[in-house]
Parts: sequence; structure tokens; C-alpha cells
Amino acid sequence: MLVNASENTVPADQPADGATPDLQAGSKKFDVENLSAWFGEKKVLHGIDMQIQENRVTAIIGPSGCGKSTFIRCLNRMHEMVPGARNEGRILLDGQDIFSESVDPVLLRRRVGMVFQKPNPFVTMSIRDNVLAGLKLTRSLKREMGDEIVERALRRAALWDEVSDRLREPGAGLSGGQQQRLCIARALAVEPDVLLMDEPCSALDPIATAKIEDLVHVLREDYTIVIVTHNMQQAARVSDRTAFLMLGELVEFGDTNELFTSPREKRTEDYITGKFG
Amino acid sequence: MTGDRKTRNKRGIKPARGKTTEKAFIGLCLAAVVLPLVLLVILIADVVIDSAGRLSLDFLLSYPSRKAEEAGILPGLVGSVYLIVLTAIMALPVGVGAAVYLEEYGRKGWLANLIELNISNLAGVPSIIYGLLGLEVFVRTIGFGRSILAGACTMALLILPIVIMASREALRTVPNSLREGAYALGATHWQVTRQVVLPMAFPGILTGSILAISRAIGEAAPLIVVGALAYIAFLPDSIDSPFTVLPIQIFNWVSRPQEEFLKNAAAGSVVLLLTLLILNSVAIYLRSRLQKRRTW
Repeated sequence: MLVNASENTVPADQPADGATPDLQAGSKKFDVENLSAWFGEKKVLHGIDMQIQENRVTAIIGPSGCGKSTFIRCLNRMHEMVPGARNEGRILLDGQDIFSESVDPVLLRRRVGMVFQKPNPFVTMSIRDNVLAGLKLTRSLKREMGDEIVERALRRAALWDEVSDRLREPGAGLSGGQQQRLCIARALAVEPDVLLMDEPCSALDPIATAKIEDLVHVLREDYTIVIVTHNMQQAARVSDRTAFLMLGELVEFGDTNELFTSPREKRTEDYITGKFG
Repeated sequence: MTGDRKTRNKRGIKPARGKTTEKAFIGLCLAAVVLPLVLLVILIADVVIDSAGRLSLDFLLSYPSRKAEEAGILPGLVGSVYLIVLTAIMALPVGVGAAVYLEEYGRKGWLANLIELNISNLAGVPSIIYGLLGLEVFVRTIGFGRSILAGACTMALLILPIVIMASREALRTVPNSLREGAYALGATHWQVTRQVVLPMAFPGILTGSILAISRAIGEAAPLIVVGALAYIAFLPDSIDSPFTVLPIQIFNWVSRPQEEFLKNAAAGSVVLLLTLLILNSVAIYLRSRLQKRRTW
């Protein structure tokens, strides 16, 4: 498993930043300080400190129920939407605390897009309208601009060639993998800086998964990506840095290559070698 | 549970027994479908046969009369349509609005549960009680008098709980993942509700509303209390007019001693049934059109 992971880690076109942590190249996008989160009385995150770098793919791995999803849902303040949920600590996005009074969560979410575990295209809308949903929901949109935005977003999400001749058909009629890429296109159309992906491939077959992973590789050039996955090979394949969460605590966080080949913590090693989880 | 397991275990050894039970059950279910249908067909056939010779265009366009063969249903028909339109205008926006607030905006808690319990209780309150309430509040206190407006207000109250419950049910069928998807795009609460949740819940809301309105068309009791007239020789010309409706006209004819008026009652029933049928068809047509637009 260890060997396997390291083989998959660094694709040819990627700089081998495994040897020395490349902190300079990507400046800090998110600075998470002492983040704790609750569902009612239940504490699910225990004082997490983490720095997420710009234009890098950061993977969050860990056993089920360890708080992976809760963590990224804090990054765009979706966590607090759940009744009874709350959080403490600070998250700085480009130096600004996203929990401060002056930050409107609605505007924050336009900067920090999100793709969910299960593809959730809007069933009442066509493919085209799905892509434009974010813009239509939030502001008026000129028609001729629309076509351009739709094409650009769908091309970026590597879906254009498959759907360009049926943009007026319902988004729900696509296959699962296509729906997920449609959701990615929908998120990209709003032009966020950050893309949060919450187990985006868990409902998809291997081929669709491979397409999404290829896409993540391309998108990292323009976006900061945080991807939650329960699939360690996937984390090894797509990410630059990996965080291992267990029982709501950050056990280890480092370069993906390093974390998978020479984990510092015993618990990390046990998890990635499949002793539990 | 254990009984279930026993039959399942035995099925391998004695296939006949499970099969017999199943067949008996299916038979029972079939009977439960067929019996009411047969009764319904007999009832409708009986009404249609009784109405023979009386149901005509003249019947639809005439005013009530002391002579059975000259009497018509026009004031009742017009009154019913008038009343239903007014009821719908009042009850639907309020009902849907209340449902949207309770489902999408209101905080969940003991108060919400209490309100929910009360709404479902209100839906079960006998309609005559609403009639008494309407008489006291709309006719006397507010001073609408024995008018269509008072009747429509009473009817709106009567169907409001049904509209609210049906609309909430429809709103609940919208998966939360769609709401989250819209929030994640930077939509406000209102934008999510208006552009994602409501369009998806709309067919369900429409179905529930139509059922509620169908119920209102058939009601006579609360309107008798509110003061709808049994005999009326003119058409309502404003919302302040006195009025009658189909069920009251039918009730009036049925209670006449003369045999001839029973024919009128039967004919009136057919008109009432047809009105309901038309209304429901329109609703189903609208709904299917909306759904087709969705899958286009």
C-alpha cells in the first residue's frame, strides 16, 4: 500500500515538491486557527490549526465520522446552517476572519465554491440554467454573456464536448459522473477563488472518478482546492498536501508524498496501511 | 417479527401455505379496490338515471321555480364559481405563504410542533363549526352580512389548514441537498426558496390546493349557517350580494315533498360532479404540463 501510494503521488507534469515543503510557492489562502465545531452538545472538531495554500490541492483524509466534512463545511460557513450547529476559533481567508461581523456568508460562498458528495443538479433547470444558476440566483445576467459563461464553465469542467448539443435538456438527465461535473461547472461559473470538494467521487464509478481527478489536476492551476476523500489512493493521486483527521483532531498534516511514505505519527501509519478505518 | 421469520423458514419446506396466505391477501386488497368502485359506479349511474329528462341547457340557465320542471340551477352554479374563485384568491396565497414560513423560515422547536399539531387538528374540525365561526366573525362582527364575501372568508378558513398541510408536505419533498447546493453558490435564503425550492414543490402544492378547493365546492353546512339562501331569483352582482351554491340548491330540492324535485336534485348533483371533474382535470393538466416543462 505504501509503495503503491507513492507511485501514484507525483504525476509527470507536477513539480516534485515532495522533498522540501514548498511553502513559498503557494501563499496562505486559509489560515485556520484553533477551530472547534459542535452539533448540538456533540463536539466534532477539537481545536484544529491548519494552513491551506493557494493554488494547491489539499486533501483531507480520515475514517468515517472524523469531522472531515464538518471541517470543510466550516470553510464556507455551511456548517452553521445546520440547526444546532456552531463553531469557535478563527478562519482567515486572505487574512480576513470569515466569522467576523463584517463578512456576509452569502458573499463568502461566492468566493468559496463547493461540490457535494452526491451530485445535486437543480432538477427544475436545464443544463444551461444549472451552470448559470449561481449567477441567475444572485444577480441579473445578460443573455449573450450567458452563452459565453456556460461554454467556459463547461469546458473547464471537461463536460462541454459531451453536452454542447443538448444544453436545453434537463441536468438531471445526465449520468452521475456528468452530473457531478455539471455541479463543478456550476460552482466555477460563479468564479470562486477556492473550490471545496466533499467526497466528490464517492457516488461515482471508477471511470467517472478518473475524469474528476484529472479535472482536479487542471483546476489547481487557477483555484485553491480542498478535497475531502475517504479514498487514500485518491488523496495520494490528486493532492499536494494531505491532512489526516481522526476523532475530530488533526493528527498529521504535511506534503502528500511525505505523509504517505514516511508518516510521523503512528496513527497515520496505521490508517494508511489499512490497520483500521 | 418472529412470525414473519417462521413463515419465511417454512416457505422452503411447504410452499403451498405461504402462497395461499398471499393469494388471500391479494384477493382482499382487490376487493377493497373493487367494492368502493362498484358502489361509486352504481351511485353515479343512479343519479344520472334520475336526472334523465331534466338535465339540459335550460336547466343550467334557469332560475329556481316553484314548478319543478321549470326550475334551474343557474344561481347555484354561478354562486359556486363565484365563491370558489374568491375562496381560492384568499386561501391559497395565505396557505402557501404560511407553509413556506413554517418549513423554510420558522425555527423548529416546541412552538413549531404545537403549531403543526394545531393545524392538523383544525383540518379535522367539522365544517359546521367553521360556519358558526364565520357567522359570528364575518357576518356579524366585521359586518359583511349574508354575502358571498362572508361565505368565501368562511370557506377560506375551512380549507386553509388543508392547503397549509399539503404545501408543507410538498416543500418537505424537496431534497435538502438542493437547498445546500444553492446556498453554496452564494444564494440568499429568499433566492433559494424562490428559485429552487418553490419551483420544485409547485406541482405538489397545486395538487393539494385543488383537493382543498374541491372540498370547498361540495360543502353546504357552513354556508347554510353563514346565510346562503336556498331560493334566489337573481345572480350575484358583487361580493356583497346574497348568494346560493350548488350543494345548498340540491339540499333544498331533496327536502321538498314533491317527487318531481328529486329529479332536479339528481340533475343538480350531476352538474356538481361535472364541475368537480372539470376542475380536477384542469389541475391535472396544469401539473403534467409543468412536469413536462421540467423534463424538456
